[in-house]
Parts: sequence; C-alpha cells; structure tokens
Amino acid sequence: MSADTERTSGGSSLPDSQPVIEFRHAGYRLPNGRALLHDLNLAVQGGETLVLLGRSGAGKSTALKLINRMLEPSEGAVLVEGRSTLEGDPIELRRRIGYVIQEVGLFPHFTVEQNISLVPRLERWPEERVRSRVGELLQLVGLSAAEFLHRYPHQLSGGQRQRVGVARALAADPPILLMDEPFGALDPLTRAEVQAEFQDLQRRLKKTIVIVTHHVAEALLLGDRIGVIDAGALVGLYTPKDFMSATEPVTAAYISNVRMLEKMEGPG
Amino acid sequence: MNLLEYFARHHREILQATLEHVWLVGIAMLLAVAVGVPLGVLVARRPWLAKPILGGANIAETIPSLALFGFLLPVPWLGDRADRLAIAALALYALLPIIRNTAAGITGVDAAIRDAARGMGMTERQILLQVELPLSFSTMLAGIRVATVLTVGIATIAAAVGAGGLGEFIFRGLAMVNNQLILAGAIPAALLALIADFLLGVCERRLQPARS
Repeated sequence: MSADTERTSGGSSLPDSQPVIEFRHAGYRLPNGRALLHDLNLAVQGGETLVLLGRSGAGKSTALKLINRMLEPSEGAVLVEGRSTLEGDPIELRRRIGYVIQEVGLFPHFTVEQNISLVPRLERWPEERVRSRVGELLQLVGLSAAEFLHRYPHQLSGGQRQRVGVARALAADPPILLMDEPFGALDPLTRAEVQAEFQDLQRRLKKTIVIVTHHVAEALLLGDRIGVIDAGALVGLYTPKDFMSATEPVTAAYISNVRMLEKMEGPG
Repeated sequence: MNLLEYFARHHREILQATLEHVWLVGIAMLLAVAVGVPLGVLVARRPWLAKPILGGANIAETIPSLALFGFLLPVPWLGDRADRLAIAALALYALLPIIRNTAAGITGVDAAIRDAARGMGMTERQILLQVELPLSFSTMLAGIRVATVLTVGIATIAAAVGAGGLGEFIFRGLAMVNNQLILAGAIPAALLALIADFLLGVCERRLQPARS
C-alpha cells in the first residue's frame, strides 16, 4: 500500500466531468454461461448517490460487486476513478471503497472498537490516530463511545449494528461507499430512523454512494438518481422526480405500488 | 491382596506408566494438530481435495490399531524406536476428527461475514487468520477433544510394540490372567480420558463464539 494514496476527505481531485464509477458495456456471466448482468452502461458522478432498484435476483448486487472487484466483468469494463477495476491490486481497490451489506457482516468475535478500526489497522495507522478516528466515527453515527466501544455485536440492537456497520465502512474515509440492502434487516420503524440519519450523513460527507435496494420508498428517499434493474439489464434511469412519471413497465409497476400505499395511508 | 493395596504398593510404576502414557498421547496430539489443522483448512478451501484427504484419514481410522502398529514396524525411520512408531500411529488415528472439524468450522463461518471481510479489502490470509480460524476454534477444539479421548484409549495398545504406557499393565495382566494388573492399567487410562475430556470441554465452551 503506497503511503501517498489519496486519503483526503471526499476523495478525488478529478474534474467533475469524469465519473467516479463507470460501467462500460459491462456484463457478468456465471461459469455455466448464465448471464446475471448484460451490457450495463452507467456513470456515477462524484458526490452522487445512485440507487439500484430491482427485484431479488435482478442483478443489482452483481453490479455492485463489479465495482469493488468482488466479481470481475466477463464483458466490457468497470472503471473506478477512471481506471479499470482489473488494473492494479483488488485489495488496494477495496480498501478505498466502503462496503456495507444487509446482514452487516460485523465480526462476532470483535468488539465494536475492533470492528470499526479494522481497515485502519490493516492499513497500519498509528494507534493514536486509530483511536481518535473510532471515537469520531461513533459520534458521527450517533453512538456513545463510552457505552459501545467494548460491546460485542450480539449485545447490540439491529439498528445499532447497522450504525456500527456504516461506521466501519467509513473508517478509512473512502471516497466511495457501496451498500447492499443496507437497511433490509431492520424493522420498519428502526429502518426509517436509520435512513433519516443516513440522509443526514450523506449531506455532510459528500461521498459517492451506490445503494442496492428493493424498496421503492428507500430509493426515492436516498437516491439522487434511481437505476431500475430487471433481468440483468438497466431498464431505466431517473431522478426521483422523473421516476414518478416514468412509463417503462417495470418502473410503472413500482410506481403503482407506491400509489397504492399512498392511497391506503388515508383520505385525501 | 485387594486392588487398593496393589495400587499403593505399585504406585511408583503406575505413575511412571501414566506419565509415559501422557507423553505418548501429548506428542501424538501435537503432531496430529500440526498436520490436521492445515489439512482441514485445505479441505475447506479446495473442495476437490476433500475426498482424497478425508478418504485417506478415514482409511487410517478403519485399520485395526494393532494391525496399524504392525504395518508401521518395517517403515525405516519409524520402526527404529517403539515410541516413535507408537506416536506416528496414534497421530494418524487422531487426524480424522481434527481435519473434519477444522473444515466444518471454516465452512460454517457465515457467508455474510466472509463477504464483508473480502469487501473491506482483507487478503485471503488475513481472512483465514483473523476471521475464519478464530470463529472456528470451538468446533476445532471439539474435534481435538474427541481425538484426544480416542487416542488415550488406543495408546494402551502401544505397549504391544514395546512403547510403554499404561498398556504394559493391561498386556501383562492379560498374559498372567491377573485382573488387578489389568485394572492397574485400565483405571488410570480411563481417568486420563475423563480428565482430558473435561479440560478440553471447558476450553471449548470458553472459546464458543458469541451468537449474533
């Protein structure tokens, strides 16, 4: 790991015109030949939050995993900060990309402190800097250090685990954050709470974020743009405003779903 | 002469044999862990190696112990010394539960945890050493526990090739049709097995990963 990698907050000194993440005719097929994703063309700008919306198995998680090279594209290319993900070391790439998954994936044998400091420790930060960073992060996600530092994941509620998961992903201040169904395992009330907090975090941190979800409401709430993925293809790309007037059939199905919920929510 | 008197009179020899026994089992177990854990990791990592490795360990397990000691006798370096031979045979027996449990422990680690570890940029080696192995400790230890208890029993047969241990009393007792002599070997051996089982059981519970 070179010492001079950009670690400045916000990340890139790239011109605004160049997307931070770019899919160029990217596709992924399983070894047995079945395509999970094909011909994806998509660019995510710096500081933008893109939500990929779709059913389970539509290929949205596959798209996400192409970004941090958990999977490698079988066709086309995926570029992160202008470089193909296949160039260079995957470990180095992943350390610069925060990653949050549905089950959070906190290490059960690590305390909150150890979980959050994982990447800084892998990057061999001096101990003092690690400690102050952990405190900073806990504060950022709204957990008291005194109370939570030495707890284990099983001693946390679902919402607290989720917050620790986000803190862990942000630990080394990566310019990019990938989130796979990040709030999927939470009950509706906690989810709303954590989503609101996250919205606030988004505004303050200005990261480039890609979120995968199957919740329309979540997509509308958190996304600057929403990409609808169906059967391995991108079928539409909208701002939340445009989304509600889209005519594409899969998107329209989502809209009618939202409308139905609105109707149930009461008269008027 | 009753049993207690016999034990009192021969306590020095019994103690000596017990120590020999512990030594045989201890060295054999160290060897088995040193070989079995890496093999278990290999089985978990390379599923195509599971069949040959587990198959091999399984075959070793099915050879009657007396025959295994006999088989190893003509092996050049091993056959030179009785204790060497006994330790090798005992380690071979202990291998299967250790390999199997190590592999089971590692493949049993939640896929989400492995996924998160990979996504955060841990190397394969870091994932193994910092995540998978620590989370597998209690399963591994359960295998080591089974293997140890098994080995304490089988080690009595090591006396047949002159490796000493508590089997000496048992074989002598059988030859002389002397029950007291047999019990002088069998009782300490049984106690050893119980003690090992208890101590390793305590460790196993201590290392139980917290459920999330």
